[in-house]
Amino acid sequence: MKINDVILRTVVKGVIFIILTLGVYLFFSGHNAPGGGFIGGLVLGSGLVLLYITYDLETVHKKMPFDFKKVAGLGVLLATGSAIGSIFFDAPFLSQTDTYFTFPILGEKHLTTVTVFEAGVALTVIGTLVTIILSISEDE
Amino acid sequence: MNNLLVLPLIIPIITAVVLVFLKDHIVLQRIISFITMLFVTVLSFILLNIVQTEGILRLDFSGWLPPFGILFVADSFAMILVLTASVVTTICLLYAFSTIGNRHEKMFFYPFVLFLIAGVNGSFLTGDIFNLFVCFEVMLLASYVLIALGGEKRQLRESLKYVLINVVASWMFLVALAFLYGTVKTLNMAHIAVRVAEAGQDPLLTTVSILFLIVFSLKAGLLLFFWLPGSYSVPPTVVQALFAALLTKVGIYALIRTFTLMFPLQQDVTHTIIGIMAGVTIIAGCMGALSGRDIYTIATYNVIIGVGFILIGLAVGTETAMTGAIYYLIHDMLAKALLFLLVGMMFYITGESVVKKMSGLIKNYPIFGWIFFIVMLALAGIPPLSGFVGKVLIGQGAIEAGSYILLALGFASSIIVLYSLLRIFLASFFGETTISLEDSKPIPKGAYWSFILFTISIVFVGMGAESLAVYVKDAAETLMNPSIYIDAILKG
Repeated sequence: MKINDVILRTVVKGVIFIILTLGVYLFFSGHNAPGGGFIGGLVLGSGLVLLYITYDLETVHKKMPFDFKKVAGLGVLLATGSAIGSIFFDAPFLSQTDTYFTFPILGEKHLTTVTVFEAGVALTVIGTLVTIILSISEDE
Repeated sequence: MNNLLVLPLIIPIITAVVLVFLKDHIVLQRIISFITMLFVTVLSFILLNIVQTEGILRLDFSGWLPPFGILFVADSFAMILVLTASVVTTICLLYAFSTIGNRHEKMFFYPFVLFLIAGVNGSFLTGDIFNLFVCFEVMLLASYVLIALGGEKRQLRESLKYVLINVVASWMFLVALAFLYGTVKTLNMAHIAVRVAEAGQDPLLTTVSILFLIVFSLKAGLLLFFWLPGSYSVPPTVVQALFAALLTKVGIYALIRTFTLMFPLQQDVTHTIIGIMAGVTIIAGCMGALSGRDIYTIATYNVIIGVGFILIGLAVGTETAMTGAIYYLIHDMLAKALLFLLVGMMFYITGESVVKKMSGLIKNYPIFGWIFFIVMLALAGIPPLSGFVGKVLIGQGAIEAGSYILLALGFASSIIVLYSLLRIFLASFFGETTISLEDSKPIPKGAYWSFILFTISIVFVGMGAESLAVYVKDAAETLMNPSIYIDAILKG
């Protein structure tokens, strides 16, 4: 059955950028304000799910050929990797560090290893969320 | 600070995730998971020895000092259990390689075994009670997958019950945590112990402790074991062995920790309740084991008897009894894993699970038969095998404390255990064989190796009890004197 979803498709084309941008914004704002990897990941993941709802599985898969189980795996590896990295610097497990770098154009920026950890969390959340939704929707 | 402490948790997790990427390379998955578990085993042995020389170790995650941060604590008790759990998992993996089948291996079987052991090791090592909850959940989520993997009708029915029971238990755990945090305002176990002692463990705190008792009893199968026989008999053999060896023991560990470290002050209330529960558990377990007609029922009720017996040690609460309980815990993990592997192999060979329908197995499989005989003797507590030391010490402790009813129940249960397994041995192994030597299915080599390794470790725990005594005595001493633990955390 073909549903006439012109309105949905048109709206999503615009809205998806707002959702994904909000996800990225939440991810970075989490460093000092509400937000962070988990929430950012949820928003990004729900954006992807919206794409899957609007277009069919094949179309989205053609443009994003990811196995989301592996995305989740990559996320856990990143998070545990950043946690275990501290062992090699003789600091307690899970220790994080940060410094200020001056870049040519961007100017002085605050770089932290906790961002890597948060990125891992975000990827895990995206991977898990999309995998759950896809596997529920797959069997008819 | 000692970063080695976190490795028994984090290495299985990282390996499990790496294995997810190697989905189609099954041989590689086997090799990597086996090497990982060997490494964790060696590492936990090294850590156990470090604890002997340097005292209790602790690792404050990212440097947050207790009681503010989350920490891992390694005392002898925790390390002994981590070591035993790792040994059991390593040997069980050996059995899994030759029996679990391609279908399971392709559905991430090895990653989930590794997640399970990560959760188990984390539960033993953590020094923060909320972190204990998290590690419990890691272990339980892996166990939900392992119990349902395969998708048979029975499995789905039993796994649904298992998941429901455990979700309710976890919810109660959270409620108990909330009450505890509301009353003592801390989650660090050592700090809780201090605050509870300062408040003198008033009736409110004792009530909270009883809530924990209920939660951990559900997990350990102490009295509240109604879910256990069903759910432990449906998954593949090797998963059954892992569950029987590890899951209930984590509950027992949590009970022992809670009532020796955090709530030891109202023993006439809490320990009496534990004693009654242990006694009833043993009686009910014996009834189940006697009435069982098939090998799985008998084996699962033997797990329940074991749980009751170990907790007699806690209920009695003298140092001798605690030493016995630790010895028996080590023995029970090894022997129950072996028992379940053997029982599963009997089903694999004959396709039958009813005792009377099998006969004469020992003619075709002599080594297999005698190994069953050895594990039977070990479980009954016959010297010089592993069950003996634990039983004698728990008995001695019960006499010291004058708990003669528990003593009688405990030793009577040994006879029932012997009888229930002897029935299997006489009916299924002795007698006329129904299958000729040519028609009999061969037992895979890997399975034989795992049987032999388990048997060696059982004999070692029995004969070498003296060499283990250093570790076990230290563990029992720390349990009996919580101040050693508390000082190591809060004054270090």
